Amino acid sequence: MKDYLQLFLVFAQVGACTFGGGYAMLPILQREVVEKRGWCTAEELADYFAIGQCTPGVIAVNTATFVGAKRKGNLGGVVATLGVVFPSVVIITLIAAFLKSFAHIEAVGHAFAGVRAAVVALIASSVLKLGKTTVRSLPAAVIFAAVLLFSVFDSQLEAAFPAAAFLFSPVTYVVLAGAAGLALSLRRKGGKNG
Amino acid sequence: MIYLRLFFEFFKVGLFSVGGGLATIPFLQDLGQRTGWFSPADLADMIAVSESTPGPMGVNMSTYVGFACGGPLGAVVGVLGLITPSILVILLVALFLKKFRDSKVVDGVFQGLRPASTALITAAGVSVALIALLNDGRLAWDDPRVITLAPGSGEAGLSIVWPAVAIAVAVFVCMRLPRLKKLHPIVYIAAAAALGVALQL
Repeated sequence: MKDYLQLFLVFAQVGACTFGGGYAMLPILQREVVEKRGWCTAEELADYFAIGQCTPGVIAVNTATFVGAKRKGNLGGVVATLGVVFPSVVIITLIAAFLKSFAHIEAVGHAFAGVRAAVVALIASSVLKLGKTTVRSLPAAVIFAAVLLFSVFDSQLEAAFPAAAFLFSPVTYVVLAGAAGLALSLRRKGGKNG
Repeated sequence: MIYLRLFFEFFKVGLFSVGGGLATIPFLQDLGQRTGWFSPADLADMIAVSESTPGPMGVNMSTYVGFACGGPLGAVVGVLGLITPSILVILLVALFLKKFRDSKVVDGVFQGLRPASTALITAAGVSVALIALLNDGRLAWDDPRVITLAPGSGEAGLSIVWPAVAIAVAVFVCMRLPRLKKLHPIVYIAAAAALGVALQL
Protein backbone atom coordinates (compact mmCIF):
# COMPACT_ATOMS: atom_id res chain seq x y z
CA MET A 1 0.00 0.00 0.00
CA LYS A 2 2.84 2.34 0.93
CA ASP A 3 4.53 1.61 -2.40
CA TYR A 4 1.40 2.52 -4.35
CA LEU A 5 0.98 5.72 -2.39
CA GLN A 6 4.60 6.63 -3.10
CA LEU A 7 4.12 5.84 -6.80
CA PHE A 8 1.05 8.09 -6.89
CA LEU A 9 2.81 10.94 -5.09
CA VAL A 10 5.98 10.79 -7.19
CA PHE A 11 3.98 10.90 -10.40
CA ALA A 12 1.71 13.63 -9.08
CA GLN A 13 4.86 15.62 -8.44
CA VAL A 14 6.10 14.87 -11.97
CA GLY A 15 2.75 16.02 -13.39
CA ALA A 16 2.79 19.21 -11.33
CA CYS A 17 6.33 20.08 -12.43
CA THR A 18 5.77 19.43 -16.14
CA PHE A 19 5.41 22.63 -18.13
CA GLY A 20 4.94 22.78 -21.87
CA GLY A 21 4.29 19.33 -23.24
CA GLY A 22 5.09 15.77 -22.27
CA TYR A 23 8.71 15.99 -23.38
CA ALA A 24 9.38 18.53 -20.65
CA MET A 25 8.67 15.64 -18.25
CA LEU A 26 11.97 14.01 -19.16
CA PRO A 27 14.27 16.01 -16.86
CA ILE A 28 11.94 15.44 -13.90
CA LEU A 29 11.61 11.73 -14.67
CA GLN A 30 15.38 11.37 -15.05
CA ARG A 31 15.82 12.93 -11.64
CA GLU A 32 12.98 11.35 -9.66
CA VAL A 33 12.65 7.92 -11.25
CA VAL A 34 16.12 7.08 -12.60
CA GLU A 35 18.63 8.94 -10.43
CA LYS A 36 16.90 9.24 -7.08
CA ARG A 37 14.89 6.00 -6.90
CA GLY A 38 16.35 3.66 -9.52
CA TRP A 39 12.90 2.45 -10.62
CA CYS A 40 14.19 2.10 -14.16
CA THR A 41 17.41 2.78 -16.09
CA ALA A 42 18.05 5.71 -18.43
CA GLU A 43 17.89 3.30 -21.38
CA GLU A 44 14.52 1.94 -20.26
CA LEU A 45 13.19 5.47 -19.97
CA ALA A 46 14.28 6.11 -23.58
CA ASP A 47 12.50 2.89 -24.60
CA TYR A 48 9.31 4.02 -22.87
CA PHE A 49 9.42 7.39 -24.61
CA ALA A 50 9.91 5.69 -28.00
CA ILE A 51 7.04 3.26 -27.46
CA GLY A 52 4.84 5.94 -25.88
CA GLN A 53 5.40 8.01 -28.99
CA CYS A 54 3.93 5.43 -31.36
CA THR A 55 1.19 3.86 -29.28
CA PRO A 56 -2.26 5.41 -28.76
CA GLY A 57 -2.52 8.18 -26.21
CA VAL A 58 -0.64 11.17 -24.89
CA ILE A 59 3.06 10.46 -24.41
CA ALA A 60 3.18 11.67 -20.79
CA VAL A 61 0.40 9.28 -19.81
CA ASN A 62 1.95 6.36 -21.69
CA THR A 63 5.33 6.88 -20.03
CA ALA A 64 3.74 7.06 -16.57
CA THR A 65 1.84 3.80 -17.18
CA PHE A 66 5.06 2.14 -18.29
CA VAL A 67 7.16 3.16 -15.31
CA GLY A 68 4.34 2.30 -12.91
CA ALA A 69 3.90 -1.14 -14.49
CA LYS A 70 7.64 -1.80 -14.32
CA ARG A 71 7.65 -0.92 -10.64
CA LYS A 72 4.43 -2.49 -9.34
CA GLY A 73 2.69 -4.44 -12.11
CA ASN A 74 -0.68 -3.59 -13.65
CA LEU A 75 -2.07 -1.82 -10.62
CA GLY A 76 1.16 0.18 -10.40
CA GLY A 77 0.62 1.31 -14.01
CA VAL A 78 -2.88 2.51 -13.18
CA VAL A 79 -1.78 4.26 -9.97
CA ALA A 80 1.15 6.08 -11.63
CA THR A 81 -1.12 7.26 -14.44
CA LEU A 82 -3.76 8.55 -12.04
CA GLY A 83 -0.95 10.32 -10.20
CA VAL A 84 0.42 12.08 -13.27
CA VAL A 85 -3.02 13.44 -14.29
CA PHE A 86 -4.12 14.38 -10.76
CA PRO A 87 -2.54 17.87 -10.60
CA SER A 88 -3.94 18.73 -14.06
CA VAL A 89 -7.46 17.80 -13.03
CA VAL A 90 -7.30 19.88 -9.86
CA ILE A 91 -5.58 22.93 -11.37
CA ILE A 92 -7.59 23.08 -14.59
CA THR A 93 -10.89 22.55 -12.79
CA LEU A 94 -10.10 25.42 -10.43
CA ILE A 95 -9.09 27.71 -13.28
CA ALA A 96 -12.08 26.76 -15.41
CA ALA A 97 -14.41 27.35 -12.49
CA PHE A 98 -12.98 30.55 -11.02
CA LEU A 99 -10.44 32.13 -13.30
CA LYS A 100 -11.69 31.96 -16.87
CA SER A 101 -9.46 34.85 -17.94
CA PHE A 102 -6.30 33.16 -16.58
CA ALA A 103 -4.57 32.90 -19.93
CA HIS A 104 -5.23 36.57 -20.64
CA ILE A 105 -3.59 37.89 -17.49
CA GLU A 106 -0.54 39.81 -18.64
CA ALA A 107 1.80 38.57 -15.91
CA VAL A 108 0.91 34.95 -16.75
CA GLY A 109 2.03 35.53 -20.33
CA HIS A 110 5.35 37.02 -19.19
CA ALA A 111 5.93 34.27 -16.64
CA PHE A 112 5.38 31.55 -19.20
CA ALA A 113 7.62 33.19 -21.77
CA GLY A 114 10.32 32.86 -19.10
CA VAL A 115 9.34 29.29 -18.24
CA ARG A 116 9.61 28.24 -21.88
CA ALA A 117 13.13 29.58 -22.10
CA ALA A 118 14.04 27.50 -19.03
CA VAL A 119 12.32 24.44 -20.53
CA VAL A 120 14.59 24.72 -23.59
CA ALA A 121 17.60 24.44 -21.28
CA LEU A 122 16.05 21.59 -19.27
CA ILE A 123 15.34 19.56 -22.39
CA ALA A 124 18.81 20.29 -23.82
CA SER A 125 20.46 19.13 -20.62
CA SER A 126 18.32 15.96 -20.49
CA VAL A 127 19.05 15.15 -24.10
CA LEU A 128 22.80 15.42 -23.50
CA LYS A 129 22.47 13.08 -20.54
CA LEU A 130 20.31 10.63 -22.49
CA GLY A 131 22.49 10.79 -25.61
CA LYS A 132 25.50 9.59 -23.63
CA THR A 133 23.81 6.22 -23.13
CA THR A 134 21.74 5.94 -26.32
CA VAL A 135 24.01 7.36 -29.06
CA ARG A 136 27.29 5.56 -28.54
CA SER A 137 27.96 3.81 -31.85
CA LEU A 138 28.17 5.02 -35.45
CA PRO A 139 24.90 3.32 -36.53
CA ALA A 140 23.16 4.85 -33.53
CA ALA A 141 24.51 8.28 -34.48
CA VAL A 142 23.25 7.83 -38.04
CA ILE A 143 19.76 6.87 -36.80
CA PHE A 144 19.78 9.84 -34.41
CA ALA A 145 20.79 12.31 -37.14
CA ALA A 146 18.27 10.95 -39.66
CA VAL A 147 15.31 11.00 -37.26
CA LEU A 148 16.27 14.46 -36.01
CA LEU A 149 16.45 15.91 -39.53
CA PHE A 150 13.17 14.33 -40.60
CA SER A 151 11.39 15.49 -37.43
CA VAL A 152 12.64 19.07 -37.54
CA PHE A 153 11.81 19.49 -41.22
CA ASP A 154 8.65 17.41 -41.34
CA SER A 155 6.34 20.29 -42.28
CA GLN A 156 8.62 21.10 -45.23
CA LEU A 157 8.71 17.44 -46.24
CA GLU A 158 4.94 17.22 -46.01
CA ALA A 159 4.62 20.29 -48.23
CA ALA A 160 7.11 18.88 -50.73
CA PHE A 161 5.49 15.44 -50.93
CA PRO A 162 1.79 16.02 -50.22
CA ALA A 163 0.81 12.56 -51.46
CA ALA A 164 3.06 10.94 -48.87
CA ALA A 165 2.44 13.48 -46.10
CA PHE A 166 1.04 10.85 -43.72
CA LEU A 167 4.42 9.07 -43.79
CA PHE A 168 6.27 11.94 -42.14
CA SER A 169 5.28 11.11 -38.60
CA PRO A 170 7.10 9.90 -35.49
CA VAL A 171 5.31 6.57 -35.87
CA THR A 172 7.10 5.95 -39.19
CA TYR A 173 10.47 7.04 -37.81
CA VAL A 174 10.18 4.84 -34.74
CA VAL A 175 9.14 1.80 -36.77
CA LEU A 176 11.96 2.30 -39.28
CA ALA A 177 14.53 2.88 -36.53
CA GLY A 178 13.41 -0.32 -34.81
CA ALA A 179 13.72 -2.23 -38.07
CA ALA A 180 17.19 -0.76 -38.67
CA GLY A 181 18.27 -1.75 -35.16
CA LEU A 182 17.02 -5.29 -35.71
CA ALA A 183 18.72 -5.60 -39.12
CA LEU A 184 22.01 -4.34 -37.68
CA SER A 185 21.94 -6.73 -34.74
CA LEU A 186 21.12 -9.70 -36.99
CA ARG A 187 23.96 -8.79 -39.33
CA ARG A 188 26.40 -8.45 -36.45
CA LYS A 189 25.40 -11.87 -35.17
CA GLY A 190 25.60 -13.38 -38.65
CA GLY A 191 29.08 -11.89 -39.07
CA LYS A 192 30.30 -13.50 -35.89
CA ASN A 193 28.99 -16.92 -36.84
CA GLY A 194 30.31 -16.76 -40.40
CA MET B 1 -26.32 10.32 -19.88
CA ILE B 2 -23.73 13.00 -20.60
CA TYR B 3 -20.97 11.39 -18.53
CA LEU B 4 -21.10 8.11 -20.40
CA ARG B 5 -20.96 10.01 -23.66
CA LEU B 6 -18.06 12.13 -22.38
CA PHE B 7 -16.12 9.05 -21.35
CA PHE B 8 -16.69 7.46 -24.72
CA GLU B 9 -15.74 10.59 -26.68
CA PHE B 10 -12.49 11.02 -24.72
CA PHE B 11 -11.75 7.33 -24.97
CA LYS B 12 -11.75 7.89 -28.73
CA VAL B 13 -9.47 10.95 -28.41
CA GLY B 14 -7.03 8.88 -26.33
CA LEU B 15 -7.18 5.99 -28.73
CA PHE B 16 -6.58 7.96 -31.91
CA SER B 17 -4.21 10.73 -30.91
CA VAL B 18 -0.73 9.33 -31.11
CA GLY B 19 2.25 11.25 -29.72
CA GLY B 20 2.40 14.48 -27.77
CA GLY B 21 -0.49 16.51 -26.40
CA LEU B 22 -0.66 18.58 -29.58
CA ALA B 23 -1.93 15.48 -31.36
CA THR B 24 -5.20 15.77 -29.42
CA ILE B 25 -6.08 19.19 -30.90
CA PRO B 26 -7.57 18.01 -34.22
CA PHE B 27 -9.65 15.41 -32.38
CA LEU B 28 -10.91 17.99 -29.90
CA GLN B 29 -11.80 20.34 -32.79
CA ASP B 30 -13.79 17.55 -34.35
CA LEU B 31 -15.47 16.79 -31.02
CA GLY B 32 -16.58 20.43 -30.66
CA GLN B 33 -17.98 20.48 -34.17
CA ARG B 34 -19.93 17.28 -33.80
CA THR B 35 -21.36 17.86 -30.35
CA GLY B 36 -21.57 21.64 -30.14
CA TRP B 37 -20.29 21.35 -26.56
CA PHE B 38 -17.78 24.15 -27.13
CA SER B 39 -16.91 26.61 -29.92
CA PRO B 40 -13.57 26.99 -31.74
CA ALA B 41 -13.03 30.20 -29.70
CA ASP B 42 -13.57 28.23 -26.47
CA LEU B 43 -11.04 25.69 -27.66
CA ALA B 44 -8.48 28.41 -28.39
CA ASP B 45 -8.90 29.63 -24.81
CA MET B 46 -8.55 26.10 -23.48
CA ILE B 47 -5.32 25.59 -25.44
CA ALA B 48 -3.94 28.85 -24.05
CA VAL B 49 -4.74 27.82 -20.48
CA SER B 50 -3.38 24.31 -21.04
CA GLU B 51 -0.03 25.64 -22.17
CA SER B 52 0.32 28.01 -19.27
CA THR B 53 -0.46 25.59 -16.45
CA PRO B 54 1.53 22.64 -15.15
CA GLY B 55 0.75 19.18 -16.44
CA PRO B 56 0.87 17.45 -19.83
CA MET B 57 -1.03 19.50 -22.41
CA GLY B 58 -3.24 16.71 -23.70
CA VAL B 59 -4.41 15.95 -20.17
CA ASN B 60 -4.98 19.63 -19.40
CA MET B 61 -7.06 20.13 -22.52
CA SER B 62 -9.18 17.07 -21.88
CA THR B 63 -9.82 18.24 -18.33
CA TYR B 64 -10.87 21.64 -19.58
CA VAL B 65 -13.14 20.32 -22.31
CA GLY B 66 -14.63 17.80 -19.87
CA PHE B 67 -15.30 20.62 -17.40
CA ALA B 68 -16.92 22.78 -20.07
CA CYS B 69 -19.25 19.91 -20.97
CA GLY B 70 -20.08 18.44 -17.58
CA GLY B 71 -18.65 20.44 -14.68
CA PRO B 72 -16.08 19.03 -12.23
CA LEU B 73 -17.36 15.47 -12.65
CA GLY B 74 -17.17 15.95 -16.41
CA ALA B 75 -13.50 16.94 -16.03
CA VAL B 76 -12.74 13.75 -14.11
CA VAL B 77 -14.72 11.55 -16.51
CA GLY B 78 -13.07 13.17 -19.54
CA VAL B 79 -9.57 12.49 -18.22
CA LEU B 80 -10.45 8.93 -17.22
CA GLY B 81 -11.73 8.39 -20.76
CA LEU B 82 -8.53 9.84 -22.20
CA ILE B 83 -6.17 7.66 -20.17
CA THR B 84 -8.06 4.35 -20.38
CA PRO B 85 -6.81 3.36 -23.88
CA SER B 86 -3.24 4.32 -22.90
CA ILE B 87 -3.36 2.18 -19.80
CA LEU B 88 -4.77 -0.83 -21.65
CA VAL B 89 -2.33 -0.65 -24.55
CA ILE B 90 0.77 0.10 -22.46
CA LEU B 91 0.03 -2.66 -19.94
CA LEU B 92 -0.21 -5.10 -22.85
CA VAL B 93 3.08 -3.86 -24.31
CA ALA B 94 4.73 -4.02 -20.86
CA LEU B 95 3.54 -7.61 -20.46
CA PHE B 96 4.95 -8.46 -23.87
CA LEU B 97 8.29 -6.81 -23.05
CA LYS B 98 8.55 -8.68 -19.77
CA LYS B 99 7.99 -11.96 -21.55
CA PHE B 100 10.49 -11.29 -24.33
CA ARG B 101 12.98 -9.20 -22.39
CA ASP B 102 15.85 -11.51 -23.17
CA SER B 103 14.96 -12.03 -26.80
CA LYS B 104 17.67 -11.00 -29.27
CA VAL B 105 15.02 -9.61 -31.60
CA VAL B 106 13.55 -7.26 -28.99
CA ASP B 107 17.03 -6.20 -27.95
CA GLY B 108 17.98 -5.44 -31.56
CA VAL B 109 14.84 -3.37 -32.08
CA PHE B 110 15.64 -1.33 -28.98
CA GLN B 111 19.17 -0.67 -30.21
CA GLY B 112 17.47 1.24 -33.04
CA LEU B 113 14.68 2.77 -30.97
CA ARG B 114 16.89 4.46 -28.39
CA PRO B 115 18.73 6.86 -30.70
CA ALA B 116 15.42 7.54 -32.51
CA SER B 117 13.72 8.35 -29.22
CA THR B 118 16.58 10.68 -28.29
CA ALA B 119 16.24 12.39 -31.68
CA LEU B 120 12.47 12.88 -31.24
CA ILE B 121 13.04 14.50 -27.86
CA THR B 122 15.74 16.72 -29.37
CA ALA B 123 13.33 17.74 -32.13
CA ALA B 124 10.70 18.60 -29.53
CA GLY B 125 13.34 20.71 -27.79
CA VAL B 126 14.06 22.49 -31.08
CA SER B 127 10.39 23.36 -31.54
CA VAL B 128 10.14 24.67 -27.96
CA ALA B 129 13.31 26.69 -28.64
CA LEU B 130 11.76 28.22 -31.77
CA ILE B 131 8.71 29.29 -29.80
CA ALA B 132 10.58 30.43 -26.70
CA LEU B 133 13.58 32.18 -28.19
CA LEU B 134 12.20 33.71 -31.37
CA ASN B 135 9.67 36.45 -32.02
CA ASP B 136 7.82 37.63 -28.93
CA GLY B 137 8.28 34.29 -27.19
CA ARG B 138 4.57 34.03 -26.74
CA LEU B 139 3.45 32.34 -29.93
CA ALA B 140 0.78 29.74 -29.36
CA TRP B 141 1.79 26.16 -30.09
CA ASP B 142 -0.78 25.87 -32.82
CA ASP B 143 0.05 29.24 -34.35
CA PRO B 144 0.47 28.71 -38.11
CA ARG B 145 3.66 30.80 -37.91
CA VAL B 146 5.20 28.18 -35.67
CA ILE B 147 4.12 25.34 -37.87
CA THR B 148 5.60 26.95 -40.98
CA LEU B 149 8.57 28.27 -39.08
CA ALA B 150 11.61 26.08 -39.23
CA PRO B 151 15.24 26.82 -40.00
CA GLY B 152 15.54 27.92 -43.58
CA SER B 153 11.89 28.68 -44.21
CA GLY B 154 12.83 32.34 -44.49
CA GLU B 155 9.86 33.58 -42.49
CA ALA B 156 10.10 37.35 -42.17
CA GLY B 157 9.43 39.39 -39.07
CA LEU B 158 10.86 37.00 -36.54
CA SER B 159 13.67 38.09 -34.32
CA ILE B 160 15.72 36.56 -31.55
CA VAL B 161 14.51 37.38 -28.05
CA TRP B 162 17.84 37.95 -26.29
CA PRO B 163 16.53 37.98 -22.69
CA ALA B 164 14.92 34.58 -23.33
CA VAL B 165 18.19 33.29 -24.81
CA ALA B 166 20.03 34.61 -21.74
CA ILE B 167 17.61 32.76 -19.41
CA ALA B 168 18.01 29.53 -21.38
CA VAL B 169 21.82 29.77 -21.37
CA ALA B 170 21.92 30.66 -17.66
CA VAL B 171 19.70 27.70 -16.72
CA PHE B 172 21.74 25.36 -18.90
CA VAL B 173 25.03 26.47 -17.35
CA CYS B 174 23.64 26.25 -13.79
CA MET B 175 22.43 22.70 -14.45
CA ARG B 176 25.97 21.66 -15.40
CA LEU B 177 27.58 23.12 -12.29
CA PRO B 178 28.45 20.30 -9.90
CA ARG B 179 27.26 22.28 -6.88
CA LEU B 180 23.83 22.97 -8.37
CA LYS B 181 23.28 19.60 -10.03
CA LYS B 182 21.12 18.32 -7.21
CA LEU B 183 18.65 21.18 -7.49
CA HIS B 184 15.11 20.25 -8.54
CA PRO B 185 14.24 21.54 -12.05
CA ILE B 186 11.20 23.32 -10.60
CA VAL B 187 13.62 25.79 -8.97
CA TYR B 188 14.80 26.89 -12.42
CA ILE B 189 11.24 27.00 -13.73
CA ALA B 190 10.16 29.24 -10.85
CA ALA B 191 13.19 31.50 -11.25
CA ALA B 192 12.60 31.78 -15.00
CA ALA B 193 8.93 32.65 -14.42
CA ALA B 194 9.96 35.43 -12.01
CA LEU B 195 12.53 36.72 -14.52
CA GLY B 196 9.93 36.59 -17.28
CA VAL B 197 7.64 38.85 -15.26
CA ALA B 198 10.49 41.13 -14.16
CA LEU B 199 11.80 41.54 -17.71
CA GLN B 200 8.28 41.80 -19.22
CA LEU B 201 9.28 39.02 -21.59
